[in-house]
Amino acid sequence: MKEILSGNEAIARGAYEAGCLVASAYPGTPSTEILENVINYKEINASWAPNEKVALEVAIGASFGGARSLSCMKHVGVNVAADPLFTASYTGVKGGLVLIAADDPEMHSSQNEQDSRNYAKFAKVPMLEPSDSAECKEFTKLAFELSEQFDTPVMLRSCTRISHGKSVVELGERVTGLPTPKLVKDAPKLVMLPGNARVRHPLVEERSVKLSEYGDTAAINRVEIRSSEIGVICAGVTYQYVREALPDTSVLKLGMVWPLPHALIREFAAKVKQLFVVEELDPFIEEQVKAMGIACQGKELTTLCGELSPGRIQAAFAKAGIIKVAASDVIAAEPVPPRPPNMCPGCPHRGVFYQLNRANAYVTGDIGCYTLGFMPPLNAMDTCVCMGASISMGSGMVRALPPEEQKRVVAVIGDSTFLHTGINSLMEMAWNKAPATVIILDNRITAMTGRQENPASGFTLAGEETSEVNIPELCRVLGIKHVRVVDPYDLDATRLAIEEEMNRPEPSVIITNRPCCLIKGAGRFEKGKILEVDQGKCTGCKACLRIGCPAIEWKPNPDGNKGKAFIDPQLCTGCTVCQQLCKFNAIGGRK
Amino acid sequence: MDNAITNILLVGVGGQGILLASEILSEAFMLAGFDVKKSEIHGMSQRGGSVVSHVRFGKEVFSPVVPEGQGDILFGFELLETYRYLSLLKPGATVVANDYKIAPPSVLLGQAGYPPALPEKIMAKLPDFLLVDGQGLALKAGDVRAANTVMLGAVSKRLQIADAVWQQALEKMVPKKALEINLKAFAMGREL
Ligand SMILES: Cc1ncc(C[n+]2csc(CCOP(=O)(O)OP(=O)(O)O)c2C)c(N)n1
Ligand code: SF4
Ligand code: SF4
Repeated sequence: MKEILSGNEAIARGAYEAGCLVASAYPGTPSTEILENVINYKEINASWAPNEKVALEVAIGASFGGARSLSCMKHVGVNVAADPLFTASYTGVKGGLVLIAADDPEMHSSQNEQDSRNYAKFAKVPMLEPSDSAECKEFTKLAFELSEQFDTPVMLRSCTRISHGKSVVELGERVTGLPTPKLVKDAPKLVMLPGNARVRHPLVEERSVKLSEYGDTAAINRVEIRSSEIGVICAGVTYQYVREALPDTSVLKLGMVWPLPHALIREFAAKVKQLFVVEELDPFIEEQVKAMGIACQGKELTTLCGELSPGRIQAAFAKAGIIKVAASDVIAAEPVPPRPPNMCPGCPHRGVFYQLNRANAYVTGDIGCYTLGFMPPLNAMDTCVCMGASISMGSGMVRALPPEEQKRVVAVIGDSTFLHTGINSLMEMAWNKAPATVIILDNRITAMTGRQENPASGFTLAGEETSEVNIPELCRVLGIKHVRVVDPYDLDATRLAIEEEMNRPEPSVIITNRPCCLIKGAGRFEKGKILEVDQGKCTGCKACLRIGCPAIEWKPNPDGNKGKAFIDPQLCTGCTVCQQLCKFNAIGGRK
Repeated sequence: MDNAITNILLVGVGGQGILLASEILSEAFMLAGFDVKKSEIHGMSQRGGSVVSHVRFGKEVFSPVVPEGQGDILFGFELLETYRYLSLLKPGATVVANDYKIAPPSVLLGQAGYPPALPEKIMAKLPDFLLVDGQGLALKAGDVRAANTVMLGAVSKRLQIADAVWQQALEKMVPKKALEINLKAFAMGREL
């Protein structure tokens, strides 16, 4: 049967067909939907982990127990999971172990555009790179097989265009007859102390050589000869761009991007007069081909930054005088107002940022929906580096500052991010008595990536009820003496809490207690009474616009008098924050 | 470039249902026997930001992304967004847009006005332009939420695909209880 699947759906399907039994991941665009699809296959035990290191370790444990297991994350997640990855490379596997890393060239939804292929080389594990959804499924299956055949974790690299692109896939059946998981004592392989690890390391190096030789003849590395003039080495989505941009050139399409198939590359290079490597981000393949003593061009033509596209590749080859492209007419539109993302109407984060701005706080921020608090009109976030960094950076910052500046430092972090890596940071802050203030925006969910459950949500990925981390208690046991919970829809209470804790020369934590407006279900978000602006009372002072709620629109007055504010009843959730800002009592319940 | 490929762009504001519309289109192309690829960006753009979905079909499609300046059909769910992405189209391309406005943040905050006379400006560049009262027609069909389906109907007329295939795609992608209204909305759009 044929279906149109996204790359992420196809990876999930591939894991299912490969007989995968355990899957663990932490959400992150563009990888999130893999696990959200895996959970639909009842044969697989799939769950969210609090962070990527834990997710990979869950999968490693399941593999050592004998099961085919999967872990998925976005590119920066691999930084968090790097520690177990590098040593799992030495231990190898029992059941097949596959790690999906989804890169985000162009940073559509990321803080950097690191190239995960470097991790494969660095950790010495093979990496496959599919170029469409059909290959996502097939390569995932192959990854499990190679993992067992070569006794290694296997990485599969996706990217935004592959994970969120859709194409046609032929579905297959789930394999049967895999060995049943069972406990096996195997200390020399599974206990990585120096004595054992010294024995394993040479095996890892031998494995890389064998994998490179495998790649010389494996079907996933494919030579397509069309001309003897120009040959291009490429992989992944870039292969599709090259086929479209340079339809007459010969291509070596690599399905395995590390280790490289040396003999195959030499053979291909000998068949063409001019050799090019076209790849997004780093000159990863190019540098290795050059190190083999083969002349080629790569980053001389294409950029190190951002995505490629057929147009960008054509332009680069035309600029270098290699091809000619006919100039085409361009339809030019005048510039129009931008439409950046915004927090939802009634988002519980909004009032906190409004008050942080008024309190002149210096906010060490973190990653989540709340990062949008840095945008006008809230303008209340001053740093954002990586998940969990808000608290530790605030803790470091106060140490550098004179006492009057110390007060201004407030770390702001979401619940999912706090449980991901913020706990360690808070432990440090309490332990070393850093007098910063921390605000945990507890909206019960991992909202930014599309509302995934986290350890404080009370539900698992499968939707089952489960234990729920008590965040205030957790902060107390970490050593924070001043912990208070505040309703972020109550602007005065929020301001009071922020001012008092900023002035306190000790570590303190404020926790907000309203759920994300997009989570539905009993005991979760409830819409309030929809509000409206009394046009007779509105003086046009614009106070309510300072929170940037998308439900409030300023309507200029055509006759030149002051305009007035309007509330869109379709969008308003009745959070009352704007009402509390209106000094003229112009905002009230809809009649 | 391969002329046999048709490039469609769906543009609008996050939350308008663009992804479902592009899925229905892709499904129909696959059912009609074409190779199909589709691409869009999730994530940040869901929070009320500007959204573009690319759908390409033909005998064999390589890139999932429509090359700049190669769009054949622009399917606009919101006027300002329709205008914003005109540069992705080739000269002479078709534009089918919903006559619907959503104010961007600078307009909400009173710092800028919603750009005036956009339909006229689009028409001046691309005369094959159809402006649809999506919400109005959907209301007639029985539910405003079927506005996108009205639009789909209007776009479908510009694509050589049989009625039965569209019907099959809608049946597969639209929830059962909304199907009847959506089929009606689709038929209304197809008559435009
Ligand atoms: C290491 C790493 N993993 C995953 C992500 C993707 N990501 C960005 S923010 C976020 C979580 C946001 O949840 P939360 O902190 O609860 O804030 P909310 O969005 O709910 O406001 C995730 C998973 C990332 N940026 N870095
Ligand atoms: S999804 Fe939830 S947390 Fe994110 S902006 Fe909307 S209401 Fe706020
Ligand atoms: S009550 Fe005011 S601030 Fe809250 S959602 Fe409605 S319009 Fe926006």
